[in-house]
Amino acid sequence: MSNNKAFSATGNQMVAEAIRQCDPDVMAAYPITPQTTIVENYAKFVAAGRVHTEFVTVESEHSALSACVGASSAGARVATATASQGLAYMWEVLPIAAGMRLPIVMANANRTLASPINIGCDHSDIMGVRDSGWIILFAETAQEAYDNTIVSFKVAEDRRVLLPVLTTLDGFITSHAMERCEMNDDQQVKDFVGDYEPLYPLLDTNNPVGHGMYANAPEFAKSRVNERAAMDRSLSVLEEHGKAWSKVTGRPFELVDTWGTEDADYVMVILGSAAGNFRHVARQLREEGVKVGIVRPRVYRPFPAEQIAQACKGAKAVAVMDRSDSMGAACGPLGADVLSAFYTHGLTVPAKNYVYGLGGCDVSNEMVRRVVADLEKVAEGSADRSLTYLDA
Amino acid sequence: MKLNLRDYAELEDWKPEDLPVGNVTAAGASQQYITGGWRTMRPVWDQDACKNCMLCWIVCPDISILVKNQEMVGIDYDHCKGCGICVHECKFGALEMVTEDQAKGE
Amino acid sequence: MANIKQLSERPECLAAGHRLCGGCGASICVRQVLMGVPEDAQVVVANATGCLEVSTTIYPYNSWNVPFVHNAFANAAATISGVEAAFKGLQAAGKIPADKKMKFVAFGGDGGTYDIGMQSLSGAMERGHDMVYVCYDNGAYMNTGIQRSSATPRGAWATTSEVGAAQQGKPQVRKDLASIIAAHGVKYVGQSTVGHWKDLVAKAEKAFAVEGPAFLNVLAPCPRGWRIKSDQTLEISRLAVDTKFWPLFEVEDGVWKLTPVKEKNQKPLEDFLRPQGRFKHLFKPGNEALLQELKDDVDAYWRYLEGRVEGSKDL
Repeated sequence: MSNNKAFSATGNQMVAEAIRQCDPDVMAAYPITPQTTIVENYAKFVAAGRVHTEFVTVESEHSALSACVGASSAGARVATATASQGLAYMWEVLPIAAGMRLPIVMANANRTLASPINIGCDHSDIMGVRDSGWIILFAETAQEAYDNTIVSFKVAEDRRVLLPVLTTLDGFITSHAMERCEMNDDQQVKDFVGDYEPLYPLLDTNNPVGHGMYANAPEFAKSRVNERAAMDRSLSVLEEHGKAWSKVTGRPFELVDTWGTEDADYVMVILGSAAGNFRHVARQLREEGVKVGIVRPRVYRPFPAEQIAQACKGAKAVAVMDRSDSMGAACGPLGADVLSAFYTHGLTVPAKNYVYGLGGCDVSNEMVRRVVADLEKVAEGSADRSLTYLDA
Repeated sequence: MKLNLRDYAELEDWKPEDLPVGNVTAAGASQQYITGGWRTMRPVWDQDACKNCMLCWIVCPDISILVKNQEMVGIDYDHCKGCGICVHECKFGALEMVTEDQAKGE
Repeated sequence: MANIKQLSERPECLAAGHRLCGGCGASICVRQVLMGVPEDAQVVVANATGCLEVSTTIYPYNSWNVPFVHNAFANAAATISGVEAAFKGLQAAGKIPADKKMKFVAFGGDGGTYDIGMQSLSGAMERGHDMVYVCYDNGAYMNTGIQRSSATPRGAWATTSEVGAAQQGKPQVRKDLASIIAAHGVKYVGQSTVGHWKDLVAKAEKAFAVEGPAFLNVLAPCPRGWRIKSDQTLEISRLAVDTKFWPLFEVEDGVWKLTPVKEKNQKPLEDFLRPQGRFKHLFKPGNEALLQELKDDVDAYWRYLEGRVEGSKDL
């Protein structure tokens, strides 16, 4: 258990501190709202000589991740950070990093995508890269952003995994708001994360290898089989390292955080910072006699399908809350994942999918109450179950 | 770490787990891939006329002029594609293009 | 510089068995450039997507005898800058000996350099990484089948700058990449061809000797795209220089040096254009004015280079 003093900090400060404590050899930096203060904070560490990191101030996000791929294949521990259009601009390189099995850790301050251009939070950017082969973590708080970032290095570099990780926090809400936080000692983090020992680094000139090869159909497909297996394995590795870090810090780490689900009639599944708003209203509703539960996956890729199905199995109706849409699809991205988890695990509980909080729209108490009111009708079979937008 | 790969000749039988993480591969492995079959013409070397100037060696796109101890020792027909650059560049008439049929007839 | 016999005793950086076309200039460029790596240094190569990359990396038949990384099309310069940063970061961490000497080089075709990789290259040059970027310029997107790039010469046929009643090949003048990179203030920029091995290896040695970014622009003919025979790769490179189409020059610490074409070697531009199928329409009746314009372009660029030489001689 730690005896760390609490202090106030933003999520971006906490991510920058976590990266500093994990001591990467290379960090690529490019500004974009609302991530910028991560790289700004890190630039201060560099200027103060507090890190040995080679700080590569690239000319674009495409080059940021490209430099990370070069550095990681060379054998370095590597980090960067981005958001929104920046993540979209990196898109090409994301599946490359995953296919090359490079344990890059990248923070993303979740922000919507243009157009209209907007700097507010939603999950359009991160959901756009959900199939790119990266492990994707969602923090609810600045504290979780810190813990997730530290665990990210450990999971990414684990030989059973060797995949890149996106450690995300909601733009402005978590990236910029001051919260109560604690930090562990540098040495504790160092001991937990350990040294990175790359498998086949380019800089091992005694064992020269080629990275990023062309592969014809059979070898290509075999390589995808390996990538899928690593991603599947990473769920239990994440749990293992998350629990181990929890032991150091005394702070909880669950793949899927649940609140009130043991006896809940109505369950809402939600990612990221808005879970707090939902729990707040859920507490009020419980006092009013409505049994509401909240399910919050802390990891989105690999998708903790079994854990979510388990948490929802006693419910009369489930709402899946998406902070982005998959235009033209029957569901938002989280909705599709949750419903397929239900189907795979034999759940027939009726569910309804909502889109909320787009482009920084507030999540109000009334919004949550409206969802629960809907769920009562969904449970009776009398509600329209098509995808519903809550913001407008 | 040293990279160990299964026999390339059995590539079709490689299981996914035979592929190293990230599909890295060993340096210089293409030496095992034969491109000589692309040829319709081949350069033939006249050792007596050769002055070992090495010009054909430095310009060969296919690394198929074999040299040792600063002298030419032959042509790597497993990899030579028969582009004819060596013949064109040779100042001493020590290389000549012939058809593959001619070469095989001899 | 080592003589050719000494060079022949050095380890070969590129292995046979690659699948570039017969007579390809790209592999000649790679071989000769890597002969310029200092003997006491190890080299890591990055490569932009393109002919050279696909032909040298078909799994598991890697043609690189040295550590090699391919990432994507636009980002060879950013990728090698990451490798170089890793080297420095790992040295700072004490994981790589401080006295280990390494060199970092990226190869890209003209599409991957003049066009899609321009931003990545400009960023890497500006940041000052210890790296050499080598463009093997064959004047079109050859890997996808001869589409025009900003390196394609004016008047050249390509599959996206066609020849027909309304258009005679590419309408635009090619981009002057070497000057653009020189404007970054890098310590060394060199322009050469695969038909001038002494010049190219010497320039590569100078580029690798620089601590910081350096750039080489190497004319590397593509027999398939230029519509020439596969044994003409070097011949046409020499004609490019002797007709002043492709001047040999270098910029060392801001000082421009232009290699003059000896009077006995000077040839009219037609001698470079006529053997190439991609220029054959220029010799049809009605295109005399266009041909003259191409000659004027060549003369103007030569005068421009003379001006740079004159203007920088006292630096």
